[in-house]
Amino acid sequence: MSIQIIKPGLFSTIQDEGRKGFQHLGINPNGAMDIRAMQIANALVLNDVSQAILEFYFPGPVLRFTQPAVIALSGADFSAEINGVKVSINQPLFISPNTIIQFGSKKWGQVGYLSVQGGFHLSQWLNSYSTNVKAAAGGFEGGILKPGQTIDLNVKTSNKDTSKEFSIIPWKGSVKDFYHSNALQFIPGYEFKKLTASSQELFSSSVFSLLGQSDRMGYRLKGPSLELSTNNEMISSAVTKGTVQLFPSGQCVVLMADHQTTGGYPRMGHIIAADLPTLAQKTRNDAIYFKPTSIDQAEKLFLEQEQHLHKFTNACSLQLDAYHRH
Amino acid sequence: MDVSKLNIYPLGDQAVTIQLSDQIDPSTNQQVMQIFHYLQNQSLKWITDIIPAYSSITIVYDLVSLPPPSTFSSRYEWIKSILIQNIESMNTTIMFGRQIKIPVCYDLSVGPDLIELSQHCKLSIEEVIYKHTQQSYTVYMIGFLPGFPYMASIDPSIQMNRKAEPRQKVPKGSVGIAGAQTGIYPMDSPGGWQIIGQTPVNLFNLSTPNPCLLAPGDSVEFYAISLDDFLKIKSIENA
Repeated sequence: MSIQIIKPGLFSTIQDEGRKGFQHLGINPNGAMDIRAMQIANALVLNDVSQAILEFYFPGPVLRFTQPAVIALSGADFSAEINGVKVSINQPLFISPNTIIQFGSKKWGQVGYLSVQGGFHLSQWLNSYSTNVKAAAGGFEGGILKPGQTIDLNVKTSNKDTSKEFSIIPWKGSVKDFYHSNALQFIPGYEFKKLTASSQELFSSSVFSLLGQSDRMGYRLKGPSLELSTNNEMISSAVTKGTVQLFPSGQCVVLMADHQTTGGYPRMGHIIAADLPTLAQKTRNDAIYFKPTSIDQAEKLFLEQEQHLHKFTNACSLQLDAYHRH
Repeated sequence: MDVSKLNIYPLGDQAVTIQLSDQIDPSTNQQVMQIFHYLQNQSLKWITDIIPAYSSITIVYDLVSLPPPSTFSSRYEWIKSILIQNIESMNTTIMFGRQIKIPVCYDLSVGPDLIELSQHCKLSIEEVIYKHTQQSYTVYMIGFLPGFPYMASIDPSIQMNRKAEPRQKVPKGSVGIAGAQTGIYPMDSPGGWQIIGQTPVNLFNLSTPNPCLLAPGDSVEFYAISLDDFLKIKSIENA
């Protein structure tokens, strides 16, 4: 009744929507880098969208399922294979015991998700399944996955047809409402106006790329050097996922899921929550642009995404229902 | 509380920061903590996190649980007005933090920056230790790492800025200095503070319901212990 970790891949962790309510203790939220992909992966297997999932980076893990299960992959597309046969992401997959899932080449995106119907059999730490690597708590044994580990499943499903190695529902969920290829929108940060006029202009007109040191704590940007017109020392205060901080070097970082709770670098802006899934999936080869937006527009876009998710979830239940009745 | 001097601004589309001043001082921090405790007790269901800092407080909220803002241009503007109303009507009380004494071993083997700091400050190592232990510090906030206390203000004669290049690994329990602040690393972590000693006491304990030893408002005093005592206490703490 479990998943065996044959190869752990790169920084594979258990995550959910994040740990809320403990930031005043310095305990950061963690959670999935791409919340929408996590929710989509769950919706595809009819889980509650906030269920814990497995997050991974290229080249991805190699996993063996010891029992039949319904699973789904979402987020990045790393050319998944089940027992050597290529399968698509954003599709529910019915698998039989002793199935091996592994990944091939990087086709799109940065961070992938695997959901299992019923979820992983784990206990929460401070109301969340998310892994806090710094505190060595939450997730599976408080850390990144290691070879030879076995994670138990809460599986309640049975494969409809166990004579086959696996089966795929002939239906694919569309995720186009959750990602875009336009400029990432930001709400100007409190220190944005402290940039020189030309640096303010540069931030919205230049192309940025991601540096190799980017990780779950933050995406390091490479772009034009930005300058402050006044350089007074800041007092540390709270930061959040999506906050763009300016380092003394003139380069920026966008804080991501494992961000510190507080920081003392000038805040250039905050990437709106609706654009964080798009940002999370950026790779080193992607060109990144920023454009300012308003708070009401940011709220509108986020709530529209919630509506899309709701529709997506309904579509998944209809399709799986139809499949089972077939 | 007088709300006319508050500086309120969005921290993205799901958080709002209320800045009380741009200074580090105990009375501002007291006000921050009063707002923190008041809002915690209000249990507003759309608030997911309240993060107090030196002189500001940030409220993280759940957009989905908020009703459409009928008379406001955005949910943010609605939240801002609710927060202002709450802070205006709040009763201010004087809060008393706990007094906590923390043992620190200032041996060179656990205080790798002691020599550099004493040279920078033109003091002997004994004088640095004396100045670090002769006063109490206010815990202004917990941040950076789970349970990491930001304490101030240390004697101007032993102040030193962060290291130009942070260390890859600062050991758990390390006591550091950064400008006017002193702090303790609750766990191994990269870090740039000047490390002058180490405490054997755990600052963050996963097995207790309240995992942090310190809270904002607490008053902390350090006392020097020998390397032998350090090792003894450490083995008991981690037994």
